[in-house]
Amino acid sequence: MLAFLVKRLAEAVGVMLAVALIAFTIFRFVGDPVELMLNEQASQQQRDELRERLGLNRSVPEQYFAFVANAARGDFGISYRNQQDVFPLIAERFPATFELVIVATVLSLLIGLPLGVYTAVHRKSFLAQTLQFLSVLGVSLPSFAVGILLILVFSVTLGWLPAFGRGEVVKFGWWSTGLLTKSGLTALVLPAVTLSFFQITLVMRLVRAEMLEVMRADFIRFARARGLSEPAVQFRHALRNCLMPVITVTGLQIGNLIAFALVTETVFQWPGMGLLFVQAVSFVDIPVMAGYLMVVSAVFVAVNTLVDMTYALVDPRLRVDTVGGGHGR
Amino acid sequence: MAADATTPPARPHALRRFLDSDLGWSFRRSPTAVLGALLLAILVISAFAAPLFAPQDPYDLSQLFVDKAELPPVWVQGGEWPFILGTDPQGRDMLSAILYGTRVSLAIGLASVAAAMAIGVSIGLVAGFFGGRTDMLLMRFADTVLSIPTLLVAILVSAIFRGLLPAGIRDNFSAVILIGAIALTGWVQYARTVRASTMVERRREYVLAARIIGVSAARIMRRHILPNTLTPVLVAATLNLGLAILSEATLSFLGVGMPVTRPSLGTLIRIGNQYLFSGSWWVVVFPALQLGLIVLAVNLIGDWLRDALNPKLR
Repeated sequence: MLAFLVKRLAEAVGVMLAVALIAFTIFRFVGDPVELMLNEQASQQQRDELRERLGLNRSVPEQYFAFVANAARGDFGISYRNQQDVFPLIAERFPATFELVIVATVLSLLIGLPLGVYTAVHRKSFLAQTLQFLSVLGVSLPSFAVGILLILVFSVTLGWLPAFGRGEVVKFGWWSTGLLTKSGLTALVLPAVTLSFFQITLVMRLVRAEMLEVMRADFIRFARARGLSEPAVQFRHALRNCLMPVITVTGLQIGNLIAFALVTETVFQWPGMGLLFVQAVSFVDIPVMAGYLMVVSAVFVAVNTLVDMTYALVDPRLRVDTVGGGHGR
Repeated sequence: MAADATTPPARPHALRRFLDSDLGWSFRRSPTAVLGALLLAILVISAFAAPLFAPQDPYDLSQLFVDKAELPPVWVQGGEWPFILGTDPQGRDMLSAILYGTRVSLAIGLASVAAAMAIGVSIGLVAGFFGGRTDMLLMRFADTVLSIPTLLVAILVSAIFRGLLPAGIRDNFSAVILIGAIALTGWVQYARTVRASTMVERRREYVLAARIIGVSAARIMRRHILPNTLTPVLVAATLNLGLAILSEATLSFLGVGMPVTRPSLGTLIRIGNQYLFSGSWWVVVFPALQLGLIVLAVNLIGDWLRDALNPKLR
């Protein structure tokens, strides 16, 4: 068991080193950092000084190790565009993205779970078939288009909800939250719905597929034979046995949602990390791009590793190392 | 597949044969698949025949109707023929722009899926056939690619290559960059599927027989094993076509995709987004709907194909 945990952690570290290598390569070899940081009038002496300060005269492996060591301490260099440290720039915008992603995840579970149960139980009914068809529609519309259409209807035409920004925020130390003010909450509605749109259909389809399997199991028949009411059978017995994969997928999706939030943030001008990244891309602000890549990958890898470890704790079959997966099939 | 070699020369029309096959039967029985196929056929034909009937060539700047800028669709008051879906603030006819944009979106989607498939299938074949250290190395690489969110990889690749090219020629290569960026994130799934089936197939007797008579490894992989691993790959490719079209649209929307001079549907939505508050809703709504329709059609076919080729569900 311990061996499994250690191995999984080592893998996570390996992946992060690989991501750091990509980030380093982007930083070091896409354009000359010195040319990008100084203006054209800079003297040769200034150039040499900066070159020395950035450590660009050392060998490439040495530079990579310095990059990793700095990144581990949260130092991703200085933004080319506004000459600020990259890490505080990202940290300051992290709460906005985090709240958006969490609210979207909760929304997708609140709506997706009941819909999934319903479409599984009443599989042949007209409503269930319609919902199933709509879920294909849901994965077909790109999230930015959904966001734009929502803005058109609810902001431009009806004028009910704000179309951009985060509203008023309350500060707790370095964390800022929009969940405590009315304007913060109304500003959150459209972005959260947009981001959760795809997620709802995902949860619904997953729950439906799992429920269809579970409803055929013997213990469901026993539960019915005991005379339990149909909702009790469906929710207390069947749904509970579907939750494990649903929680796993939802957990794993959080990393993807953080990345996908950048599209939603662009549509709604939501002041999160994603918007920072998109702006950095258009200004070729490479340290910010590299820093964002590192932060998002770290969250992504951490979530995946945690989910895997929890799984191993819960399900002893996974502790055996199955190399290649599909042998014997 | 194998039946083709023994069929007599005077065989019925390909479409007829398809409709008579098992797959064709399940296709005819599935209303959503038929709907998807019809929808896709209409969209593809109208897009590629666009030069024949579209009111305007949106790539030719001299054809822009500056005096007819920002006209609403014909059924709204103020609309004018032949601008059925209205015009944008630059005097571009929306219907023409959408049809030409659909061509761009479809072409990039297809090309990137084909590229991802070629990369993934080759890597999967090599990893599964040789096993050992080659396999470990390739699959670790695949794991690393999967450990970064795909959208992020695509944006980075696209942004970096655009940054490396001089501004003058950048726009000429945007399609190639996009295809590369989407393919680089999409190949892993094919590699894994093909690797799994290859590991099973390589132990089969026909592979052994081929080896004994001295067929080279490359030929065994290509001619013997590959055809037996393709079914799941084709299903994945159909489902991924929808995703690839969406990725292209997302990248173009974010401004790291197709330029305004060669707009794809994503670029059109990006342009339309700037006029969101001016009341010209048609500039953004119609490209978005067209995009949704294309992906919906592809997904309907993909969903059906996945179920139809899944032996467990028969």
